[in-house]
Amino acid sequence: MKKSEVPQDESNLASTNLRELCYAVDENGEYTTEHTTGWDPKTIALSNAIDEIKERVALARSKVLAGETSPIEYYMELHKMDLSVLASYVGIWKWRVKRHFKPLVFRKLSKKTLQKYADIFDITIEKLQHIDT
Amino acid sequence: MKIDFTHHQSAHCENGVVSNLMKHNGFTVSEPMVFGIGSGLLFCYIPFLMVNHAPAITYRAMPGAIFNRFAKRVGVKFKREKFKNPKTAKARLDHNLEKNNPVGLQVGVYNLIYFPDEYRFHFNAHNLVVYGKQGGTYLISDPVMETVTTLTEKELEKVRFAKGAFAPKGHMYYPVAFPEELHLKKAIVKGIKHTCRDMLAPVPFVGVKGIKTIAGLIRKWPKKKGTKTANHYLGQIVRMQEEIGTGGGGFRYIYAAFLQEAGKLLGNDKLKELSSEMTEIGDLWRDFAVDASRIYRNRSTKVEIDVYDDVATQLELISNREKAFFKKLQKAV
Repeated sequence: MKKSEVPQDESNLASTNLRELCYAVDENGEYTTEHTTGWDPKTIALSNAIDEIKERVALARSKVLAGETSPIEYYMELHKMDLSVLASYVGIWKWRVKRHFKPLVFRKLSKKTLQKYADIFDITIEKLQHIDT
Repeated sequence: MKIDFTHHQSAHCENGVVSNLMKHNGFTVSEPMVFGIGSGLLFCYIPFLMVNHAPAITYRAMPGAIFNRFAKRVGVKFKREKFKNPKTAKARLDHNLEKNNPVGLQVGVYNLIYFPDEYRFHFNAHNLVVYGKQGGTYLISDPVMETVTTLTEKELEKVRFAKGAFAPKGHMYYPVAFPEELHLKKAIVKGIKHTCRDMLAPVPFVGVKGIKTIAGLIRKWPKKKGTKTANHYLGQIVRMQEEIGTGGGGFRYIYAAFLQEAGKLLGNDKLKELSSEMTEIGDLWRDFAVDASRIYRNRSTKVEIDVYDDVATQLELISNREKAFFKKLQKAV
C-alpha cells in the first residue's frame, strides 16, 4: 500500500478523535507510517457485528418478557458477554449459570448470588430482577 | 509522580509497549523490528473455538509470545508478575512508579473507557504502559492512542482484573537487565526462521495451509449455514485482519517494513526485494477485504453462491503466494 493510498474513510473512530497508525511505502519505496481515520470494508464489518449484538439483546429481552428466560441472559447479551465470560466473572460454573437462565430457578436465587450478578452488571438487585425499571 | 516517558503511537499494542519501554531505556528499536524478531506474523485458524459467535482466526502470534521471543532473542531480561489479590497488584505497581520505573500492563479492553464504544469487546490481551500517578489517577501511555491518557484507580483495577479467556490477573512487566549491546543481527535471523517455519507448518490450521482451509470453509458456509451466518463469519475474518493494531493487511505491511529494515541492517538486498513482495501480498489481502465487504455489506439479502467462490479463490491465491514467499525467505537468511 502506498502512503497516498492509506484510506481516510469516515468511521466510528471519529467520535473519539482517534486515528490509527498504518504502515505504507512512500514514493521512494521506503516504509513509513501514516494515520488513518478508517476504512469502509472494516467499518461495515464492525457495524454489522454491532447490529448482530443488538439483535441478540432484543431477542433476549423479548424472551425475558415472555418468561422463557431469566434477566441474567438479557444482561449477559447487553454486556457483549457469552456464557464462559460471564461464568468466569461471577466465579460460578458454566452449567450453574446456564441453570440460572431458567426463570423458575432465577426466582429462587439467594440474595448473595443475585448480588454477585448485580455487581458484575453494575446494577441494583431490583434492576436485575425487573429489566424494565 | 510523573516519570519522564515519551509516548510513541504504534500500530499494534504489544510491539508498541516493548518498543516504547526499550526506547525509554535508551535502546532505539522500532515497532516492526520488535514484531519481526518476536516472529509476530502468523495465520492460524483455531477450530471449535468461537469468538463473538464466529470461528476464531488470528493473523498474529499468541498474546505475549512476541514479547517473550523478542526479549529472549536480544538478551533483555524482563520481570513479570501476576497477582491474585488486586490490593497487592496495586501496591506493587505504585512501588515501581515510586522507583521511577514505568511498567507494562496487560489489560482487558471491555472497560477501557477511552476506547470508542464499538471497540470495547471482551478481549483481554491489550497492553499499555503506566508512567506515573497524580492524585488518584494513573498516567497511561496506550500505544494505539495518539496521545497519552489517564485512568482512575478503580478503572485501572477493573481492566487489570478482567475475566474470561487470557484473563490478565494483574499481569505487570518491566525490563530489569540489558545486555551491553543488543544482538540484533542474530535475533533477526532467528525471528525470520521461526516465522517461515510457522507459516510453512504441515498442519491444516496453521500458516499457508490454514489460509487454504479457510478458503475451503468459505465455499461451504453459504450452503451449510445460510448466507446470513456466512456473511457474519466473513465479516469477522476481515475484522480480525484490519482490527486496530494490525497496521493494515493483517500485519503483512508491518512485516514488510521489518524486512526492509532488516535488509539494511544485515546488508542483505534479497530481504529488501522480499519486502516489496510482502507489500504486494498485503495489497492482495486488502483486495480480498474489499471484495468480501461487497458480500456482507447487506447482511441478510440473498447473494449468489458464486461470489463466495470468488473470494475463496482469492484466498487460495494468497495462500500460494505466501507459500512461495516464505520458501524464498527461508533461503534468504
